[in-house]
Amino acid sequence: MFTFFHKMASPKYFYGIAGKLIPWLGAACLITTLAGLYLGLVVAPTDYQQGDSYRIIYVHVPSAWMSLFIYMVMAIAGAIGLIWHIKLAEIISISSASIGASFTFIALVTGSIWGKPMWGTWWVWDARLTSELILLFLYLGVIALYNAVEDKRTAARATSILAIVGVVNIPIIHYSVEWWNTLHQGPTVTKFDAPSIDTSMLIPLLIMAVAFKLYYAVVLLMRARCEVLARERNTQWVKKLAGTA
Amino acid sequence: MSTASLPHAFQALLKRDLTLAVRHRAEIANTLLFFVLVTALFPLGIGPDPAVLKTVGPGIIWVAALLAALLSLDAVFRSDFEDGTLEQIMMSPHPLSVLMLAKVLAHWLITGLPLLVVAPLLGMFLGLPGIEIKTLMITLALGTPVLSMIGAIGVALTVGLRRGGMILSLLVLPLYIPVLIFSASAVNAAGAGLSISGHLSLLTALLMLSISLSPVATASALRISLN
Repeated sequence: MFTFFHKMASPKYFYGIAGKLIPWLGAACLITTLAGLYLGLVVAPTDYQQGDSYRIIYVHVPSAWMSLFIYMVMAIAGAIGLIWHIKLAEIISISSASIGASFTFIALVTGSIWGKPMWGTWWVWDARLTSELILLFLYLGVIALYNAVEDKRTAARATSILAIVGVVNIPIIHYSVEWWNTLHQGPTVTKFDAPSIDTSMLIPLLIMAVAFKLYYAVVLLMRARCEVLARERNTQWVKKLAGTA
Repeated sequence: MSTASLPHAFQALLKRDLTLAVRHRAEIANTLLFFVLVTALFPLGIGPDPAVLKTVGPGIIWVAALLAALLSLDAVFRSDFEDGTLEQIMMSPHPLSVLMLAKVLAHWLITGLPLLVVAPLLGMFLGLPGIEIKTLMITLALGTPVLSMIGAIGVALTVGLRRGGMILSLLVLPLYIPVLIFSASAVNAAGAGLSISGHLSLLTALLMLSISLSPVATASALRISLN
């Protein structure tokens, strides 16, 4: 068991395995995306209150879920990298950062597009919106720090620390923002004021969530492979791969 | 060679940083001046209406305190990093996190505590009533150490960088948000005659959490930066 992990964590082996996994995961991602979009945009019934504009949740909600999930992955991978000095975990951690930032951005933009017809405004200082915005800043901080440090090994370790500090802070920030909003009590807006979501609308949403996870896995593996090549460019196996050895 | 005990080392580091600060008094004054200036800009920007200023006052003073803390952060490790003192500190046999606590404590005494002294003056500038000024001082006393603690992590991560300043603000400001929210709303609540014990408990919890965790994070960040 341990030797398996050890082998898996070696960059060369990972490069090979990831290369084989990407087409399969990519195909699965494509199928689930198409199925989810078809069920969500065509089959699912029109909402009695929101009309067809509610259908943006099939993009908005999965990306909001992913934005938090990826931050957790980033921090956990970073912690693994720091504690056991596993290079691959560092690579996974930093490769996740910009994907997570993109999902956060998508969640904010789609939320804003949905908010205009529903709430009549592009932006409200609602607790959820605000904490998502802060999450985006946290991601951008990680990316900026990584780009600023020249030695990429040091950079990955520094961003791991930052990601862990961020994870400790995310619940604090989340609740502080929530209480801040209730204290100030602005225009009361709740996202899902309907009692619960209907099954015919829920199933496409869950399929889309799976599709987004698969998409993340595919892009993460691609980015991690690039990063592995860049870091190992002076080793024998990479030179052989490039045909320069 | 005999080594000094941990409390002794803590004390020595604290004393050294305070002595250095007293010898460079102008730096302390700069932070304070910045704090006052930023606060004075707001009435110029939003108009002199006393009713408006009274509502936004606590927020303004806290945002100004946040920015002043941010501006002063670079000084925590900068000169020690440049003259090699930081490496000497890291080579000491004592746990680095405890020594970092001493450094951050010194930094707060130099830059955070003076803010507390000037805050009532700014409160009067903005026409805050007495109860709000009192609450403002309590929240500053509880909140500014948290700012120094969290900030030290950011500085430790960026100390080796040539243009660390901009990145530092990007790293640290989002983490300052809870302190800002609890403090400013405590002052507003006090002004409205509501109980503030909840806010103060949360601020104290943040303070305890940052005292216990942030020196560890600062120490490991520093080890990575000075690798």
